[in-house]
Amino acid sequence: MNPVRRARNHPGYWAFLVHRVSGILLALYLPAHFWALGLALHDAARLDAFLRWTDQPLVRFGEWGLVLLLAAHFSGGLRLLALEFLPWREWHKSLAAVAAGVSLALALAFALAL
Amino acid sequence: MTTLQVRVWRGGPQGGDYRAYEVPRQASQSVLDVVTYIQRTLDPTLAYRFACRVGMCGSCAMTVNGVARWTCRTHVDQVCADGRLELAPLANLPVIRDLVADMREFFDKWARARGRFAGRRTRHDDFERVAPDSEPRRQVDAAIECIGCGVCYSSCDVVAWNPDYLGPAALNRAWTLQRDVRDAAQAERLRAVAGDAGCHACHTHLSCTERCPKHISPTAGIAGLKRAAAAAALKGEL
Repeated sequence: MNPVRRARNHPGYWAFLVHRVSGILLALYLPAHFWALGLALHDAARLDAFLRWTDQPLVRFGEWGLVLLLAAHFSGGLRLLALEFLPWREWHKSLAAVAAGVSLALALAFALAL
Repeated sequence: MTTLQVRVWRGGPQGGDYRAYEVPRQASQSVLDVVTYIQRTLDPTLAYRFACRVGMCGSCAMTVNGVARWTCRTHVDQVCADGRLELAPLANLPVIRDLVADMREFFDKWARARGRFAGRRTRHDDFERVAPDSEPRRQVDAAIECIGCGVCYSSCDVVAWNPDYLGPAALNRAWTLQRDVRDAAQAERLRAVAGDAGCHACHTHLSCTERCPKHISPTAGIAGLKRAAAAAALKGEL
């Protein structure tokens, strides 16, 4: 393994990476989200056309990806709050595992409900 | 007898490169044993630093196969499955020569974090009594065994991103003093560690906690300092 990766190959760093990358991707998605919400106020016909467009399988898959990102960022944030605001204990690896499990469970629940 | 293929970083502040050596493999061989063999038998110009050889002094830390470690208590078995070792000076610190990193900035940051005990009593007063099972004392116990090896500082990405960041070891030291009921400089120290280069700069990567050879968690102390700074700010004391 590349030495730069080897030094960072531990659960705490992976949890940081997931939290950071999911946050950046969600921030990039937000303008599109607000644009779609804005259609509801200004142009009902375009909104209906847009909503029909989102029924395509590939867009549905993207939606599932967004739910996964949101779940990962949310559970990763709760993990950080628990780590930093609750009394310290040797549970940071367990917390990272729980955050990963919760994100995957939420994403799976959304996929099954699709 | 098998041999180890060892690549050692040779150079100085202006730069350098890896040089290859072959070292005989021994039972229970530490990484420091490997470096010592090279310096004593193959190349006496190799510069490295060590003192106690038993994990007390904190002077022999280096980058071993990409990871910062104390070399006296790192067995070759633990880090080298394929017979290859790559040794470099600690990252995030200037190089003096070969495997010797310049620790001045590392320890200057301890001073900047007010890492010095400030007592209230004089030699004429009685001893201050601290209950061993009290919460502050137990928190100090968990963090006090730091040997100043620099492994956490070298493993920390925030130090690489923000050269002013005080780093895990200095903040851990500040935390042990903040939890020391005898200390009289806690308000001043909290101000010193609550700035942009202090505890709030930590991104909780947990690399320091993962790599500390003494199994200290500087992240725990930094989280404690964050809470203390937030509480003081809410009370208008910071």
